[in-house]
Amino acid sequence: MKDKIKGRVWKFGDDIDTDIIIPGRYLVLTDENELAKHAMEGLDPEFYSKTKEGDIILAGKNFGCGSSREHAPIALKAAGISAVVAESFARIFYRNAINVGFPLLESEKISSSFDEGEEIELDMDKGVLKNERTGKEYKVKKLPEFMLEILNNGGLIPYLKEKLKEEM
Amino acid sequence: MSMTMAEKIMAKASENREAKAGEIVMANIDVAMTHDLTGPLSVESFRKIGLKNVWDPDKIVVLFDHQVPADSLDAAANHIMLREFVEDQGINNFYDVREGVCHQVLPEKGHIVPGEVVVGTDSHTCTHGALGAFSTGIGSTDMAMVFATGKLWFKIPETIKFDIQGSLKDYVYAKDVVLHIIGEIGADGATYKACEFAGETTREMSVSERMVLCNMAIEMGGKTGLVEPDEKTVNYLKNRTTKEYEILKTDIDAESLETLEIDVNDLEPQIACPHNVDNVKPISEVGGISIDQVFLGSCTNGRLEDLRTAAEIVKGHQVSDKVRMLVIPASREVYLQAMDEGLLRIFAESGALVCNPCCGPCLGGHIGLVGPGEVSLSTSNRNFQGRQGSPEAEVYLSSAAVAASSALKGSITDPRE
Repeated sequence: MKDKIKGRVWKFGDDIDTDIIIPGRYLVLTDENELAKHAMEGLDPEFYSKTKEGDIILAGKNFGCGSSREHAPIALKAAGISAVVAESFARIFYRNAINVGFPLLESEKISSSFDEGEEIELDMDKGVLKNERTGKEYKVKKLPEFMLEILNNGGLIPYLKEKLKEEM
Repeated sequence: MSMTMAEKIMAKASENREAKAGEIVMANIDVAMTHDLTGPLSVESFRKIGLKNVWDPDKIVVLFDHQVPADSLDAAANHIMLREFVEDQGINNFYDVREGVCHQVLPEKGHIVPGEVVVGTDSHTCTHGALGAFSTGIGSTDMAMVFATGKLWFKIPETIKFDIQGSLKDYVYAKDVVLHIIGEIGADGATYKACEFAGETTREMSVSERMVLCNMAIEMGGKTGLVEPDEKTVNYLKNRTTKEYEILKTDIDAESLETLEIDVNDLEPQIACPHNVDNVKPISEVGGISIDQVFLGSCTNGRLEDLRTAAEIVKGHQVSDKVRMLVIPASREVYLQAMDEGLLRIFAESGALVCNPCCGPCLGGHIGLVGPGEVSLSTSNRNFQGRQGSPEAEVYLSSAAVAASSALKGSITDPRE
């Protein structure tokens, strides 16, 4: 994972649940590229065909509420989404996302400061989200060091394997 | 130090004398449950770690309930994969397609006891707090860690205690109480917190009704539901488990405890309207909406009491021609008891479909999907957009009694009418 991420903005509201992120009928799938095709299908069936590598989701409160399905962060990540910045996240989704190496950051209400499709830059190290068009910068909560380390390794399992190697 | 029930269980599980909300602890897991929908990812993640054997096969429970019997080749492949895993790892607590919904079957089979830590790759794992266990839903990678080590880190939650007082009127149930609470505090009103249900009304409730309350703790963001174990808990466990257990209770002066008083004396039947569980209205404001399908079942309301309540209402009547009514007992035990009591016959005679114990339409991936423009009334726990099939369908949530009276009428109907 790079410290700075650049991408276009996709905006969503409050309480985006995991049935929207990946509807239940696709949970038989385990291949991330297959899951990606149905990302956000609950609200926008065309979402996958419109996303580009690096795109960033901005959302309101309680993003990822609902089911414990890890398919949800996997689908978003595989669809090219590089991070979600939201006012708050549901607990299980948050854990799952970090575990699969998908960055989530909390911020105050900043969604209104961006238009959909706008280019933004997220600096995870500094905790800053920058609007490339206006040059304005907004604060996001920095992640604790150990979470950054998990993300840099691509998730909890590669992180643990790395740790085990170091110990040996 | 005064502690909440959640803190006491976490202290015990992390081998500490004390534990305080906000602390991060590494807890020993007593029961780890996975099912046919989230199990395959858990097993794949476990294999990536590279260990040959799970930490303790006797503490793992594997159960098929979401897509049973297999409804697609993908589902069949998932089942085969998990059967092989169970065989390879020597997991004896394995329930194939025949037993029913995990959150009903685990307590029935004696896997859940007070004071333990239960994790499951299903968000409604919080149901088991009804027996006084700290019980929470986790993802597949976390489950892989549990499979490998038997441990998981937790941030110890603060507790919201819902002090529920008052007598429920006729045709008002635990489901109405919990929908009312969620409507009051919102879908994120208890995020990260333990939701402890207490008070006179909770004490009066059966274990099954307490499961309804705890089941829906996640719908307000809660980490676990909890009910202080009492004589009813002990009686429930008596012929079900051989496990020893310890009853832990919240100290009233515990620091991380916030108490909310809930008066249910005047509560009327409640309905969660599309597309959020916290969009709750009393039935007097929702009555009359036409429905296409009624689903009576799920880990929320597929228990014997629910089937009895509904059967009493539909007995001798016909389900509306415009409505498909699906009755899905939550487990084989419930199914057999309902059969003995003649309830299944009543449903079949009234024109309802009685299906095998499973999650049914709740997850929108198996039987009974609703199509574009259709309206479903469901006794389950989620009404998110697309939850039961088409994103253009609408889902309303209610008690079993409202579901039954509405099925007869063809529209959302107050059972007191």
